Amino acid sequence: MDSILEVKNLSKKYDDLVAVDNISFQIKPGEIVGLLGPNGAGKTTTISILMGILEASSGEILVSGQNLATQRSEIMTRVNFAAVYAQLPGNMTVYQNLYFFGLLYSVSNLKNRISEIAAAFNLKEFLHTKCGLLSSGENTRVTLAKALLNSPNLLLLDEPTASLDPSSAHLIREQIINYAKEQNAAILWTSHNMHEVEAVCNRVLFLSRGKILLEGDPKNLPQQHHKNNLEELFIAVAREPLSFELS
Amino acid sequence: MNLKRIYAIIIRQLFLLRKNFTRFVNIFLWIALDVILWGFITQYLNNVSKAEFSFVPAILGAVILWGFLVRVQQGVILSFFEDMWSQNFLNLFASPIKTTEYILGLIGASIITSVAGLSFITVIASVAFNYNLLAIGLPLLLFLLVMFIFGLALGIITISFTLRFGPAGEWLAWIFPFLLGPLSGIIYPISILPNILQIISKIIPPSYVFEGLREIVFKKTFSPELLITGALIAFIYLFLSYLIFVYTFKIVKRKGLLARFSSEG
Repeated sequence: MDSILEVKNLSKKYDDLVAVDNISFQIKPGEIVGLLGPNGAGKTTTISILMGILEASSGEILVSGQNLATQRSEIMTRVNFAAVYAQLPGNMTVYQNLYFFGLLYSVSNLKNRISEIAAAFNLKEFLHTKCGLLSSGENTRVTLAKALLNSPNLLLLDEPTASLDPSSAHLIREQIINYAKEQNAAILWTSHNMHEVEAVCNRVLFLSRGKILLEGDPKNLPQQHHKNNLEELFIAVAREPLSFELS
Repeated sequence: MNLKRIYAIIIRQLFLLRKNFTRFVNIFLWIALDVILWGFITQYLNNVSKAEFSFVPAILGAVILWGFLVRVQQGVILSFFEDMWSQNFLNLFASPIKTTEYILGLIGASIITSVAGLSFITVIASVAFNYNLLAIGLPLLLFLLVMFIFGLALGIITISFTLRFGPAGEWLAWIFPFLLGPLSGIIYPISILPNILQIISKIIPPSYVFEGLREIVFKKTFSPELLITGALIAFIYLFLSYLIFVYTFKIVKRKGLLARFSSEG
């Protein structure tokens, strides 16, 4: 089946600094791809470009065959994101936030959809509470509810479970895995929790200094590089990126 | 163009106003205080001067029109600042919204708050100072339109500055009316200004509005020429302000300033 997301030769330069260096990858329907790498590797820059809030220096991004550079608004009705650093306005209630973003994403049958998504993320009791009064875990659930409000076929998740307790994180992971399967959605997931990545992702991309150094199944990749697990491999890539670049 | 997205920006502002006393009062308080202050000053001037005319329509009418312009500008910037203060730019601009829809949403929110403020002070001026602004008739509507368009342009220019320079540039938004006020001839004719300042006044639409208002009050004549010149300049400012916003937004996206907006403070 054709890819939902196709990134071709993407680069982002700030004067002399190369934040993303000529990367290419695809995500197929139903696939969850982990974007891994140490701080400053270029993960958030890549996601920001995919969200359309940062202009690439060169390269092309196709979402379901449409070019992001020329059809951003139309594409974004079928894309959404959640990030630990992008919580919803704390001065509006959960319902008001979901209503506001539902309108922005042109969600049909909005009131029913809000009710549905609030039930799915256990938010019904908080619907009329201001987001600023919620705990960080509850706010993360609201952010994820917003991310799924428009039933996106491409979902960008930047450390989505970072502020959740292990039990809530487990439930959220299950929900997102099920969502990808049921809706045949493509998901790009960044995380520093390697156990989570092993449990969730079908494939991972290791990014360092803006380049993709490794790509593969998170269950097999460590063995291929003589490491015991994904965390060991992550540490090795973060500390000695050159050895992976050469190989 | 998607009307739902424009509506979203407007309804968000109404959500924030609803059940929030301090935000609600802000729409009316400053402009009402201005009218009350100038209402008393004009009454005092009437008492102490031997002038054959009343200062009330000349000064109070102008203060109301200026207050309306400031409310229009602040209507635009406050909606924008709500997104800035709540660090909502990522969520907002990663959505399908287009810059034109966002601007139209801000304008919609500004119409609601500025018209509410104007209605309130019109009643205050009438009740407290026996001044009927509506007696000016059709020219009043046309003057208000010029002030509205220029207020929008000012609002869009100021949010462009803030978008480019980050939260640290917020003060720029509040200072514009104070910079333009003395040059607009709100209370005095611009002919009393030094020559160099008169040149600047001539490219500011409100100076034509206030001159036109004085003609109506003192000479009982309406000058279409002043109105048309003011309106034309105001439309040019509005057009330029839109271009400035679109250009600024492109720069901000290229430099990655949206993603790290809060750090620019």
